[in-house]
Amino acid sequence: MKRVALFIPCFVDTIYPRVGVATLKILQSQGFEVVYPKNQTCCGQPFFNSGFVKEAKDLAEKFYNDFKEYDYIVAPSASCISMVKLHYKDLLDSDKFSEISNKSFEICEFLHDIVKPESLNVSFNHTIALHQSCHGLRELELATPSELNLPYQNKIENLLKLIDGLEILPLSNAQECCGFGGTFSINESEVSKKMGYDKLANFKDSGAEYLVGYDNSCLMHLASLEPELKSLHVIEILAGVANESI
Amino acid sequence: MRVFNDDKWLNESLSFVREKRDIASKKLDNWEQLRELASNIKAHTITHLDNYLEEFEAKALANGIKVHWAVDAKEHNQIVESILKKHNAKKIVKSKSMLTEECELNPYLENRGYEVIDTDLGERIVQLAKQRPSHIVLPAIHLKKEQVATIFNEQNSDATYLTNVARAQLREHFESSDVAITGVNFAVASEGAFVVCTNEGNADLGTSLANVHIAVMGIEKIIPNMQDLGVFLTLLARSATGQDITTYSSIFKKPSKGKEIHLIIVDNGRSQMLGSEKFEGALKCIRCGACMNTCPVFRRVGGHEYNYVIPGPIGSNLGSSRNIEKYGKLAFASTLCGSCTAVCPVKINLHEQLVAYRGVYKLNVKESKDRYYKLTAKILAKPKIYRSLMKLAKYMPHWLYKRAWGKERVAPKLAKKSFKDYYESL
Repeated sequence: MKRVALFIPCFVDTIYPRVGVATLKILQSQGFEVVYPKNQTCCGQPFFNSGFVKEAKDLAEKFYNDFKEYDYIVAPSASCISMVKLHYKDLLDSDKFSEISNKSFEICEFLHDIVKPESLNVSFNHTIALHQSCHGLRELELATPSELNLPYQNKIENLLKLIDGLEILPLSNAQECCGFGGTFSINESEVSKKMGYDKLANFKDSGAEYLVGYDNSCLMHLASLEPELKSLHVIEILAGVANESI
Repeated sequence: MRVFNDDKWLNESLSFVREKRDIASKKLDNWEQLRELASNIKAHTITHLDNYLEEFEAKALANGIKVHWAVDAKEHNQIVESILKKHNAKKIVKSKSMLTEECELNPYLENRGYEVIDTDLGERIVQLAKQRPSHIVLPAIHLKKEQVATIFNEQNSDATYLTNVARAQLREHFESSDVAITGVNFAVASEGAFVVCTNEGNADLGTSLANVHIAVMGIEKIIPNMQDLGVFLTLLARSATGQDITTYSSIFKKPSKGKEIHLIIVDNGRSQMLGSEKFEGALKCIRCGACMNTCPVFRRVGGHEYNYVIPGPIGSNLGSSRNIEKYGKLAFASTLCGSCTAVCPVKINLHEQLVAYRGVYKLNVKESKDRYYKLTAKILAKPKIYRSLMKLAKYMPHWLYKRAWGKERVAPKLAKKSFKDYYESL
């Protein structure tokens, strides 16, 4: 049996553990042996994106050692996976990089491209709006970015079609950045908040009950500006645990 | 950076241009192949720049164009001045050229008693307002027509009326100028000819009326041949404004009888980027401005919040390459959403370059907050220490959190049990 290593990013581990649980449950239900390597901490993205290349390199090496023995690395965060899958090329030697890059997947990407479930036996009788976070969209190509002249596809929408009762309502500027940007939200606080409020206004206009995304970092940023926001990670819906407490 | 005072309006204006670009680009089935081709042509040209520049110079000289080389902005300005002196010129009409902005040619000439009239409508507006362009294609995009009316000393703020006012005034300047200065969009090596693209015909009118035409170009404007020109003209206007092509795309090959064409080829730091795997891609830029129109940060702050002459994602890269201490901060003014990279007609990996410049900045500029990053990274490298500290993190007081992430924000609640706790309890 293929062994899947769960990569649960630091903020998901401490703030959104239920998203980790949803990821674990759905992978187990699809018949994988799922392991959580206990020494994992952070992929190093905040350091790499802030210019601390040496520190990021150390954490990339650590990540490699923590995860090298598994067949797949799967995480419920597109941004962290894009760091590992794409940007580790600047931090690891080419052999280590291609090894780790080829087996790293964002959970929805993994379900859509590798597992390919035909049904999930889950219902969710609510309306949602789908925020298409940047790194999943433009780096992992979970959907077709509007900038490109390519046939439209959307892996998240394809997966959500398996859910009974769920309705996706159109969201204006669904592919525009929410303004989080990691340390950008600290360095350029005013602009970050402005972008966040614009995203929240578009969500409100959509009329949907839930704002759904594949990156909790974006949702955390938006919830910090609107504490009443009802938001979910896609995997909570797909795993059928959106309405459950853990 | 500060949010623009009427950010909704600025955002909508720029988003409208981006939408027009999307529509135009999606009419061409081979758009993505064209981008790839354009990127490859530029990559090839950049790595053979010496050959193409020499070929271009030889052909241009044979065509009767006087070619000058300027190592930096100062030499560029001096060459312009020497040509003006030789012709005893006092008045210059200038069509849009970001290179002359980069070299600060206008103040250089004005301080020496020359009269310089910008003839692109947007450029003329910001010149009269004593501002700098806030966008490389739409220099006055930050101004509303009511503000333009004030700048023109007019009561009527109707756009057509104001355009006619500018047109009538500019016509007098065109007729009385001694020299016309233009930028260059493309220099075709195989022909020794150069191309100037405008929508207003101001470059054409200026160069037709004046006896002397001074064109200025950066060394990266070179392309190998006319077939390549077709690729770039297909991409440029569509990316810039959503037009199929600029209204005027004029090829200058040799001077008319009794007239002179001078071409100044400028380095001004560009050659430093050559040979750098990470950064030389920025030399592919054809200055379409699409990365500005799509950038969610640019659309909310406007071009004047960037302290480099070229704003937006490409400007933050070019500025950082020029002077990392002075402009490197701009590399941090991005969420790294990657829309700039996806929209770029020559496929410059703009957002990845911004990240790389952040690394260069950190090697050159030390800040007090660095120690927090370094300490945090050290903690994250040691799982046991990290885990014990995270157990304490739920006791972090809210004021400390607010200090870190700013006012107006409500802290996310740490879960009672981490995922690791949950996993280990199974």
